[in-house]
Amino acid sequence: MAVHCDGISKRYRLGERQRYRALRDTLTRAMVAPVRRMRRAFRHQAPGDGRGPEYVWALNDVSLEVRRGEVLGIIGRNGAGKSTLLKILSRITTPTTGRVEVYGRTGSLLEVGTGFHPELTGRENIYLNGAILGMTRREIDRKFDEIVEFSECSRFLDTPVKHYSSGMYLRLAFAVAAHLETEILLVDEVLAVGDAPFQKKCLARASEAAHAGRTVLFVSHNLLAVNTLCSRTICLHEGKIVCEGPSHQVTSYYLKDWITRLTEVVYSDLARAPGNEGFRLRRVCVRPVNGIPADPITVRTPFVVEIEYQKRDDRDSLELVVDLLDEHGVHILETWWPYERPVPSGLIRSWFTVPGDLLNAGPHRLRLSGAFAGCALPLLEDLLVFDVQDSGDLRGLYHGNWPGAVRPNIEWRTEQLGALSPGDDSPPI
Amino acid sequence: MTWLHAHRTADAPSDVAPTRGVPLVRVNQPGSSWGVPWQELWHCRELVYFLTWRDIKVRYKQTIFGAAWAIVQPLFTALILSLFLGRLAKVTSDGMPYPVFAYTAMVPWQLFSQALTEASNSLVANERLITKVYFPRMAIPLSAVLASLVEFAIAFLVLVPFLAYYRIVPKVTTVTAPFIGLLAVLVAFGAGLWLSALNVQYRDVRYTLGFLVQIWFLASPVAYPTSLVPHHWRAWYGLNPMVGVIEGFRWALLGSGEPPGPLLAVSMATTAVILAGGLYYFQRMENSFSDLM
Repeated sequence: MAVHCDGISKRYRLGERQRYRALRDTLTRAMVAPVRRMRRAFRHQAPGDGRGPEYVWALNDVSLEVRRGEVLGIIGRNGAGKSTLLKILSRITTPTTGRVEVYGRTGSLLEVGTGFHPELTGRENIYLNGAILGMTRREIDRKFDEIVEFSECSRFLDTPVKHYSSGMYLRLAFAVAAHLETEILLVDEVLAVGDAPFQKKCLARASEAAHAGRTVLFVSHNLLAVNTLCSRTICLHEGKIVCEGPSHQVTSYYLKDWITRLTEVVYSDLARAPGNEGFRLRRVCVRPVNGIPADPITVRTPFVVEIEYQKRDDRDSLELVVDLLDEHGVHILETWWPYERPVPSGLIRSWFTVPGDLLNAGPHRLRLSGAFAGCALPLLEDLLVFDVQDSGDLRGLYHGNWPGAVRPNIEWRTEQLGALSPGDDSPPI
Repeated sequence: MTWLHAHRTADAPSDVAPTRGVPLVRVNQPGSSWGVPWQELWHCRELVYFLTWRDIKVRYKQTIFGAAWAIVQPLFTALILSLFLGRLAKVTSDGMPYPVFAYTAMVPWQLFSQALTEASNSLVANERLITKVYFPRMAIPLSAVLASLVEFAIAFLVLVPFLAYYRIVPKVTTVTAPFIGLLAVLVAFGAGLWLSALNVQYRDVRYTLGFLVQIWFLASPVAYPTSLVPHHWRAWYGLNPMVGVIEGFRWALLGSGEPPGPLLAVSMATTAVILAGGLYYFQRMENSFSDLM
């Protein structure tokens, strides 16, 4: 046994994580609370049981057992509680109720480079970061050369990391985290950052850990990676485990039932919409250029992605980043509204058109992220999920599977370079 | 929540070691307890060392004067106090030259105010660490306090030529000075635990801090001797643990005034109260830090 969770729940007060409290607010609440409590008593209502509107249960009665050496995949939509689960297992936060037993040291690749200080050199940061991740100095000494080699940064070891390129920074950070030899390894979406070779390296390291008999808990939206890496997978939805079993079964179930096609999202309650005080999302949709969100999109039709939001101040910068992924989580494209371009305040719509003859047929997943006034907006995975349908033309007589991440209309030409002379076997050169 | 066993083992196995049977980590429902995770803190002593080392290393990066700032600040404050209070306002200085009187007090005061400020802001400044990795949170304010000892050491060494210039021979009692400095560290650590934990929840602390340090400065006998304080106020005045620290420090170095035995005893008692309260409050709040950040 490596991990044993017994009915764990985690409750967050809405807004608690987004904003720190000022003393003023608490004082106001303290003054209002008795009045509210009196009013409630007057109406013979039970006092709040914590399930009222101002609370959310990020996890709700989750029980889980992970055997030693098992590689467990954790999938689910945004806000399903995946990250909260890992945070509880790595002790960063505590469950509101329930019991957790973890047998062994846990290491996490939740975020590489935590604790790196830009003013310190590469060498110094290896020691600092290693200590933060829980390595002893002797352990770091022993693995130092290996870490340096893995990071491919040996020439810059005595340069402050602020002069590193972002790629070098990431490689060094990952090298330290990857050499953390704990019995249990928690991996969360590291694969979302970095370039393709780096992602490959991450995956290789995770599977190495798995083969070495370590216990790995792997959270990802990359269903292909989950299928190849994990023997067993759980699917979380709204804080509960809704499906558990062999990975390929769970991922296909997830694709079929839990990624429901969603071509339009409207947040009617603005206060609870994603964003912060200055920026609130109102509506996001995808529709064919001349149509409504319910209309089908084919591989040939250009389509529009519309993002509507409320913005408080003209001066605040805004960056919106949209990523398109295929059903397995393969990243197809990214496009953005750059933060240098001003956006007026008010109710705003930003949109862009994706040309026809670009995407392949199949389900596509849209991810929205960005930054508002210099602060990252919450990453919204699978905000929209839409089908691109096969148009049927262009195929000729072929009716089989059309592989590939994209399907541009590539024009072929064939021309005759010379006529065959009678009795000649080879064409003239 | 109680962690019954150490999370990190001091000597990590090189390979995946079988840890059959005993759960290394047990997370239970949150609850309050007095238990400070001493054992866990001991296990992460290397982390405390590295964090302290980082704070020291980084502090004077990209400055022209570098570590000279550790001397400049207390020295100039002492000189300015000498000019305005010693020379113009004619504040008594217990028979010592006023600059000596002021600088010997500035050395422990600087230690205290720096340690307190750094500790109070430490948790918020290390937000990314707290929301991404687990380790006993107390390591952060602790290392912030330890880092300010370096400046204290530098400022303390400068005392030697300073006293020599005024032809003052250090007394034998000088050997007690580091212990009195330690008391200042404990006061700063205790108050820093309170303020850093409060700062996570209420960022008002950040704005109050400068103000608080200023008031504390005026309520401590740095710029004036305790003898100026009326007798019937003394009991209350002594509750400020820095009174005992500063008077004790002066006595240790200069032999001025009588041995501050009772004053130091009161200081130690209030320090113990502040520290115990700080440890308790911090320990209670520790689990919610990452949620409140």
